[in-house]
Order: sequence, then C-alpha cells, then structure tokens
Amino acid sequence: MTAVENRPGPTDQEESRAKAPAGIAVWFRDLVMGMRFAVGSGREGWTRTLLTAVGVGLGVALLLGASSVPSLLGNRTERSNARNLQFGEQPPKPSDSSFLFHRVGSQFRGESVDGVLLRPDGGHPVLPPGVDSMPGPGEAVVSPSLKKLLDSPDGRLLHDRLPYRVVGTIGQAGVIGPSEHYYYAGSDQLSLKDSGTSRASAYGWQLRSSDMDPILLVLILIGCVVLLMPVAIFIATAVRFGGERRDRRLAALRLVGADNHMVRRIAAGEALLGSLFGLVVGAGLFLFGRQFIGAVDISSLNAFPTDLSPVPALAVLILLAVPASAVVVTLLALRGIAIEPLGVVRSAVPRRRRLWWRLPIPVVGLVLLAMFGTVDKESGSVNTYAIAGGAALTLLGLTMLLPWLVEAVVARFKGGPVPWQLAARRLQLSSSSAARAVSGITVAVAGAIALQMLFFAVGEDFTKDTGQDTSRAQMQAMLPARDGATTQKMIDAFEHTQGVSGVIATIASRVSSPGPERGEGGYPLNTSVTVGTCETLQEVSRPGPCKDGDVFVIKGSGPDAFVDEDLPKVVRPGAQVLLNGFDDDGKIKGKPSRWTLPRTIRPVQGRPDPTGEHATGLYATMGAVDIKKLDDPTTKAMVRLDPSVPDAAEHARNTAARFDVTASVFQLTDTTDDRRFVSVRNGLLIASVATMTLIAASMLVTTLEQLRERRRLLSVLVAFGTRRGTLAWSVLWQTAVPMVLGLALAVAGGLGLGRVLLSLADKTGVAWSVVWPLPLFGAGLILLVTLLSMPPLWRMMRADGLRSE
Amino acid sequence: MSIGHTLLGLLESGPRHGYDLKRAFDEHFGHDRPLHYGQVYSTMSRLLKNGLVEVDGVEAGAGPERKRYAITDAGVTDVAQWLARPEKPEPYLQSTLYTKVVLALLTERDAAELLDTQRTEHLRLMRGLTERKRKGDLADQLICDHALFHLEADLRWLELTAARLDKLAAVIGR
Amino acid sequence: MTPAGSLLVAEALHKSFGQTHALDGVDFSIHPGEVVAVMGPSGSGKSTLLHCLAGIVLPDSGTVRYGDHEVTGMNDAQRSALRRADFGFVFQFGQLVPELTCLENVALPLRLNGVKRKEAQRHAREWLERLEVEDTGGKRPGEVSGGQGQRVAVARALAARPRVIFADEPTGALDSLNGERVMTLLTDAARDTNAAVVLVTHEARVAAYSDREIVVRDGKVKDMLAGLR
Repeated sequence: MTAVENRPGPTDQEESRAKAPAGIAVWFRDLVMGMRFAVGSGREGWTRTLLTAVGVGLGVALLLGASSVPSLLGNRTERSNARNLQFGEQPPKPSDSSFLFHRVGSQFRGESVDGVLLRPDGGHPVLPPGVDSMPGPGEAVVSPSLKKLLDSPDGRLLHDRLPYRVVGTIGQAGVIGPSEHYYYAGSDQLSLKDSGTSRASAYGWQLRSSDMDPILLVLILIGCVVLLMPVAIFIATAVRFGGERRDRRLAALRLVGADNHMVRRIAAGEALLGSLFGLVVGAGLFLFGRQFIGAVDISSLNAFPTDLSPVPALAVLILLAVPASAVVVTLLALRGIAIEPLGVVRSAVPRRRRLWWRLPIPVVGLVLLAMFGTVDKESGSVNTYAIAGGAALTLLGLTMLLPWLVEAVVARFKGGPVPWQLAARRLQLSSSSAARAVSGITVAVAGAIALQMLFFAVGEDFTKDTGQDTSRAQMQAMLPARDGATTQKMIDAFEHTQGVSGVIATIASRVSSPGPERGEGGYPLNTSVTVGTCETLQEVSRPGPCKDGDVFVIKGSGPDAFVDEDLPKVVRPGAQVLLNGFDDDGKIKGKPSRWTLPRTIRPVQGRPDPTGEHATGLYATMGAVDIKKLDDPTTKAMVRLDPSVPDAAEHARNTAARFDVTASVFQLTDTTDDRRFVSVRNGLLIASVATMTLIAASMLVTTLEQLRERRRLLSVLVAFGTRRGTLAWSVLWQTAVPMVLGLALAVAGGLGLGRVLLSLADKTGVAWSVVWPLPLFGAGLILLVTLLSMPPLWRMMRADGLRSE
Repeated sequence: MSIGHTLLGLLESGPRHGYDLKRAFDEHFGHDRPLHYGQVYSTMSRLLKNGLVEVDGVEAGAGPERKRYAITDAGVTDVAQWLARPEKPEPYLQSTLYTKVVLALLTERDAAELLDTQRTEHLRLMRGLTERKRKGDLADQLICDHALFHLEADLRWLELTAARLDKLAAVIGR
Repeated sequence: MTPAGSLLVAEALHKSFGQTHALDGVDFSIHPGEVVAVMGPSGSGKSTLLHCLAGIVLPDSGTVRYGDHEVTGMNDAQRSALRRADFGFVFQFGQLVPELTCLENVALPLRLNGVKRKEAQRHAREWLERLEVEDTGGKRPGEVSGGQGQRVAVARALAARPRVIFADEPTGALDSLNGERVMTLLTDAARDTNAAVVLVTHEARVAAYSDREIVVRDGKVKDMLAGLR
C-alpha cells in the first residue's frame, strides 16, 4: 500500500498529464512531495532536516519562553493578590472567621524571609491560600523552600529567629515562587493596640500594584525586540541549512521533468517539514527546559514550571508563523538562483545592492522613536507601539544595511596577501551569505548596546545614594520601647551578641504644646523628642559639653534639611510640653502628662546619623525626662557589626527578634539598587548573550557546510603546496571581515538607537564602558567559530578530496 | 592470421588427430569460416617437415588414415615466441589478437602480458604518428589522426579484453 | 634499479586504504625533461601513485626520492614547501579557485612562493598568452569554457617553473581537439623548461604524447620500456 502511495502510479501520471491540477492543489502536491524528499532522500536528506529542526527548535523554544512571560508574571501576581491581607482603616468586626494579623519581614543571608503572624478571633478562622489548617500558638506552616532552609544545617541560625514548630507546608497556591521563603505563624499575643496589627476576615486583596517605571517598561519592550529579532533571523538561517546540496538535488529533479516553479515548491516543502519538526523539537525543548525554571532565580523573580505556559494567542501565532516563514524564506532564497536541469546557476552578475531603499528604514525607525516614542514620566504612560515599532524598524534597518555595507566595502578590496585575497574574492562573489550569518549578531549587539547605554544612564536613578554611613553602623533595628530598663537590657543584649562591636540606641517619641493653637491637619503643635545617653547623642548631633540631664534642640539646617515649623513654637527654655500622644482627631490621649523643659536648653548643630537621617527636634539625655512617660516610644538601635565574624548580621537579627518578633531590622548600605531594575538588566544581559551564542552556533554550521562544499578545491590547493596557515587565515578573514563590518554597524546603530532612547529618558552622555564589552563578546564568538571550524578544515585538507569524483 | 601457430598452440594441450584439430579450431576461431581438412593436412605436413610436430601414432581403419600429432619442444618454443611477439599494429587486427589471447589462455600462458606487449607496440606507433602530427601540416595531421583513432580503437578493445580475461578463460575452459 | 640521472625515484611503494592495496610494491623513476604516462584501468592505483610521488600522500612503506631529498622522510610542512616550489599540478576538474580571476589563479602558485603580486601577475599573463588564453585573464573560472579553463590550469601548473609536473587525467573533461591542444601545449612547455611530466591517463591518444608509459594493474607496475629492453 505504501509503495503505491509513494510512487504515483501510471494512472496518476496520465491524469495529471490530461488535466494538470491548479492553484492550491499544485502547491499542496509539491509541498508534500518536498516533505517526502526531506525524509526520503537518504542520510543526507535526514541530516539536513534534522539540522533545520534543531535550529528552528531552539528558536521556537525561545519564542515559547518569551510568550510565556506574561502568564508567568500574571500567575505570580495572582497568587500574590490572593494571599494579600488588607490593612484596613476600618477593620471588620470580630467574628468566628475573623483573625488578627501582623506582617513580619526579615532577611537571612541576603534572602527575604517574610511571614504573617495570625491570631484567630473565633473557632473557624479563614485559612490562607495553600494552607490546610491553622497553626496554633508557637506553630507555623512554612513554604517548601523555607522548610528546606530550616531543615538544613544553615537553617539553625534562622531557627532562633523563627522558633516555631513547623506543622505543615504551604501549597503552591500560597507561594509566589518555588524559592520563596514564607510562613504563617500562630500567635496568642497579637492585639490591635500594637501598631502594625490589624484584623481581617478574608484573604485576597488587590494591592494597587506599584506601577512599573515607564522607563523600565521601555527597556523591557526594546529588550523583547532586541532578543526576538535575532531569534527570527536565526530561524531564517536554520531553514537554509544545507541549501547548496539541496539545490543540486533539485537540479536532478529538473532533469526528470519538474519545472522551475515546481522545484521551488518542493524546496519549500522540504523547509516546511524541517520547520514542522522544529516546532515539535521546540515544544519538547520548552517543556523539558521549564522543569528547571524553579531553579532559576533572577533576583527573586522565580516561578513554578506550570507558570511558564505560553499565552494561547501567542502560541498559535508561533505555530503558524514559523512554518509560514520557513516557506517564505526558502522561496526568497531561491529567488536569485536558477535551478537548471544540468546544475544550479546563480545569477552570474548579481544585482548591485542599492542603498536608497535600505537607508530610510533605520532612519524612519529612529525618527519614529524620537518623534512619537514619548514617555510621560508623570502619568507613567508609554507610547508602546511607537517605541517597539521604532526600535524594531531601526534594528531591522541595520540588517538591511549590512548586506549593502559588506558588498560595498568588499568590492573595494584589491590585492593583499594570498589569504586575504582568497577571502576578499570569496566575499566579493557571495557576500550575502556572509552578511546573513552576521546580521543576527549585528542586531543582538546593536540592541544590547542601546539597552546597556540606557541602563547605565537610567541606572543612576535606580541606584540611589542612601546617605547611610556604613562606616559607623551596618544595621538598624526598630523596636517598641516599653521603658528605660527594657531599652537598656536590649542595648546590653545587642552588645553581647556575637559579632556586634557597638550599639547606638535612641528612644524616640513626640511632645506637643499644651496651648490651644492647632497646626496643620488640626493637630496640636508637636515635635519629635529623642532620648539617649550623652555618648549616643554625639552620634546624631554636636552637642559640645554634655552631662546627664541636659536637653538640646536641633533645628534643621543645610539645603535638604527638613524644617520643623512647629519646633520653635513648642520648644522654648522653661516652657511646658505634653508627653501624651493624640488620636486621629487631634484630641490628647489620657491624663495630661507634663514636662517642663529646663532653662539651660540650648540649640546645637545636627549631624546625620549612620542611617543618613538628619536630626531635628528635641534631644534629651536620659536623666532629663522619664522614658516611662513617653507615648508609644520606639527604640532605634544602630548596630555596628564586626565584619570578621560570619553571620554577625543574622545573630543581631536574632537578638532583635528575641525581644520582639515584629521588630523591623534592616541592613544599612551606601547605595541601593532598585531590585526590579537589576533583575531586568541581568535578565536582558543573559538573554542577549544566549542569543548571540545561538547565532554563533548557526554560523558554525554554515561555515562547516561551506567547507564541505569546497572539500575538493581545498585538496587541490593543498596539493600544490598551500600552507595550512594560509587557508586557516583565509577562513578567519572570511568570517572576520563581515563580522567587523557587522559589529561596526552594530556599534554605530546601537549608539544611534541608544542616544535616541537616552533623549526619551532625558539623559545624555555615552558610557563607553558599557558599549565595548558587547562587540568584544561578538568578536570572541567569531574567533571561537573560526577556531571550532579548524579541526574539520584540517581534516578536509587531506588528499582524500582528490580521490574519485 | 597464422594457422600454423594456431594449430601448434592447440596441440600444446595434448596430442590430437588431424580431424580433432580441425574441430577444435572451428570451435574456437572458425565461427564464420570453418577450416578445410585439406588445409589442416598441408599445414601439418609443413610443421612436420620443420620439426615442430611429430607423429604420435597412426590408427588404421576404414576411410582415410588417421595420424595423431604431438607438439615437439621446438614447437612449444615457436608458439611462445609467436605469442610474445607483438603484431604490427594495423587495422582489423583483432582476429589475430583474439586467437592469440585464446591460445594464451588455453595454454595457460599470461594473456595480460601479451596484451601489455601489444599496447606498447601500439603506443610506439602512436607516438611516431603524434610526433609527425606536431611537425606536419594539416593534411599530415588529418591522415595521422585517422590512423591514431583506429589504433586507439584497437587499444580500447585490448583494454576491454584484458578486463574480461577471467570471464573469457572461464568460457574457454568449459 | 635507480637509473642514473633520475629526477624522481620511487622504490617499493606500498599503500593500502583499508582492505584494498592501492599500491603493492611499486618502483618508478623519471628523468628531467621526460614525459611518462601512467596507464591502467580505473581503480588500479594510478592516482594513488601520483599522490605518493608528489608527496601529497605518504606511502605505508617504500621511499620517494626527489633529487637529493627523501620526500618520504619529510614532514608535512616540508613536503608542502617542496610542492610549492618544485612541483606543478593539473587535475581533471574543480581545480581553479572559483572566486579568483583566471589571472589570479595562474599567479597563485607564484604568490604562495612569496612573489610580489604585480610581478606574479605579469608572469601569469605571459603564461596565459603562451597557452593562448590571454583573454580569460579578467574572467572568473565559471565564465570560461572547459577547454579554456583547463588551459588556465596548465598555465598555473607551469607558472612557477616546476621541475616536475603532475597531471591527473588533464584532458578527461575535454573534447578531442581541446584535449590535443592542451597536451601539445603542456608537453611543449615541459620540454622547453626541461621539466618532467608524470601523466596519469587512461587514453592512449593522450599517452601517445609521452616518451614512455608504465601500466599499473592491481597495485603493481609494469615498466614497458624496461620490459622491452
């Protein structure tokens, strides 16, 4: 049966002679025939089809990955929203299902460990997503990743801070990503009186997501264009793998009677099958690869394998566009070639490439970007289409310019040493295949340069100078201070903590004026009061001579200083102030508790504390005021760590947690990077390197193919004594010349694009330090490709090629 | 073609009657022109006179007297010399060459060697013609070319025969 | 077995490719100015003999001597240098570099020998003229006819004034007239420069341009001249 199908029977032939099928039927017939050739013409046909399939597959896998990003982010946001708790202004009434909660955040060796303390009001509290049963007091349910950390030897230190009995794990629905450290802990201590504690009766609340910075959005948009264009070019190259041999096979078909249109369609059919296999390979690679997505953690952006599923519409687009472009690319590639029965004739005098229609493309792209690619930083709106379109046009224009540039430059090459001459002449004869191979890298490099330039310029916005002075203290802990004794105990505890070399602790609260005058918002005139030892006050001000019982006042000074307008009205020598707090309506809470300021009070210069805060307000030594009378006092402890002690920061955090599990502790740094910004930059960098490597792989295939084609010629050249070095150099030049041109164009284009993008972000100046590594990396890849093609070249330069034609 | 050498060669494989000789000759070489018995008789008497064959025995009986001939050592040498001596290259040589090849095979001599010798002789003549062509005018060239092409055809036939010697040996040995 | 005054002498060459013995104890010698045809059926080892003589392939055993040099004892670089300087090659097809012009192709061996481009091309032009194809100089091999291409190849083989020219079926792809012309030009030029020619061919009319022939059969050689003597 199959034999009959494989070969048109005599009746079929007669029929087709009598009445040739037309239109779609012809296309279908020839495409199917091409597909059969793709698998049916022996080892060579298979190799070619497999090569194409693997190449296209790699591209498809990347595309599927890219098309999954929206659902990945969406799923993460969804899970995050589903477990959110509203910190309500009007908390619900206590009920059987309601509960008190308090969010706790901490860090362990640079990774976030976040959790929620829960205290049910009744017997049937609502359960968080992914949690089966409510943890009792002293118990906790933890994310799988946190459980792993706690169970590991490394986790012992963390266990001191989270001294809960782990009674379960949180399911996937309650964790944003597989490597998130998260927990719910039961508590019997929470009360609404504690600040940071609230009541809720349900989970799920859509946080108004902090809008992505529009510039960041532009970066991501252009990143996508930059990354996906080379992939498209790569797929187009992969479809042409083995083309020259295929052409010869097609010539044989012409000899037995196929017409010119027919062989083109057959060739398209071959490419179509390769690309269909490529889709299968790509889907396989994608499904295989996403198993490992859990292990990828770009700056806490990680996801479950199931999160990585392509957006259906995009998946369908890929499924349709890849095979279609395979057909189109094949037909375009065959345009300049006449497949004659006795061989393949490349049009002897190829048409000169024209500049006039190529140049406008990138120019239009840049103009589009400059004119319409507006970013409104205030409203955060970005003209998505203009920016993506402009960037795409610019980069596409570069790939259009490249063949012209290569041809124009190469045509001027004359003379030179033999290897150079061989390479130059080869390029002159067929510069397009060389240009094609390089164009992918050109786009990747140009785009990456533009992006990195923008990143560098914009990065200064995202990398803030915190004003913190890490030479004086490396950590700050904020805890509620109940009384002086507790505070002192806490300071002692910190000082005795392993790895802590000093503590600067102050207690902060507010005082208000007893008078009837009201300030902004109808509140009593008030100002801050900070209490500490003389020694401590030295760290935040320059009080000069100081003894216990002294009180100072610091007025904001300097250009950025906060000016407390109430301060001079509240604080006067000998004046009375109230230590009570006041409620939301401005009414004084409780029985008035008065403090008469000493007459010796004197103004002093302020000095930023290690956390970068400029002091203002009232500063009192411990003996001047009774801490117990202060309203809701908070202790701020700035801790100096001994860098030689490992995990000193973790020990200090444990100490803070021992006093109060809700203590907020953070590390001081001189600068901070916006984490999202860093993750986007790293992601794009990794992706552009990966894309360039992929393209280098396809260049290797093309080079090897070209060498195989010339096996006989190489043997002849060797026969008459050509040095191996001569041929190796000619291969290098042949790759290097288009590459250098491509990279030059990439740098020029990238700088142009980068400048336009910079002007969108209101930035100027080119950071060359981010420009040169990319072309350098590209050049490195070319060298690598040449190097990898040397062993086969060596093998082919043996006399075997001379034997039997 | 030398009938004497051919008959001598046929005798090399063993003594035969005159009539057997005629049959063997016809079988191998006389496809379109069978040998007259009289020709065998006259040839044998010449060979006898030259001492190349001897009478091995006479069978009496009805009809003509039947002599059995055997080859002498001188006869074997004569055959060997004839086979080793290249023929003067000339058109329509193949019947002689063919006879020589078959006889070489029949007498288990090196037929390939015979062909190589012949090729050398052909090439020697061809070299001469080529040299004449180089120096001569167009008429010379055309005449020489005619001869050259014929000689080349002979040589091609020789090559082909050389390539088929094994097959030919199998057919003859049957 | 080493005739006095020989330029290139091979003794007891053996070469196998897997199970096949391409050469099975072959001796060979050639004098300056001598044209020797190597004949024999296809697959008899003719080309392998040529490759061994030219130092393209090393034999499994046996020696090849060229003048005072033992070719079989040289390393790859030395043999390449020898081929560049002293040997010329003509093959049946695919030998011209398709992207170089015919002139550049002829100049190539000279340039590989370190001759300056201008000088090499002036020389190459003379050879193109001598081979009656001066008008192909600016064209690429793909743009000239088979006969012209082969003449260009012969010009290239001769351009560096080699002492030995190795020609492997040089007329194989040509018609009779072109074949004869190429052979005449090749042998005339070789005689003028006193170069030896090792001519592998299966055509008698081509072999007729030689001074003597050897026959390779089943990896063994028969020197017909020696046989006749």
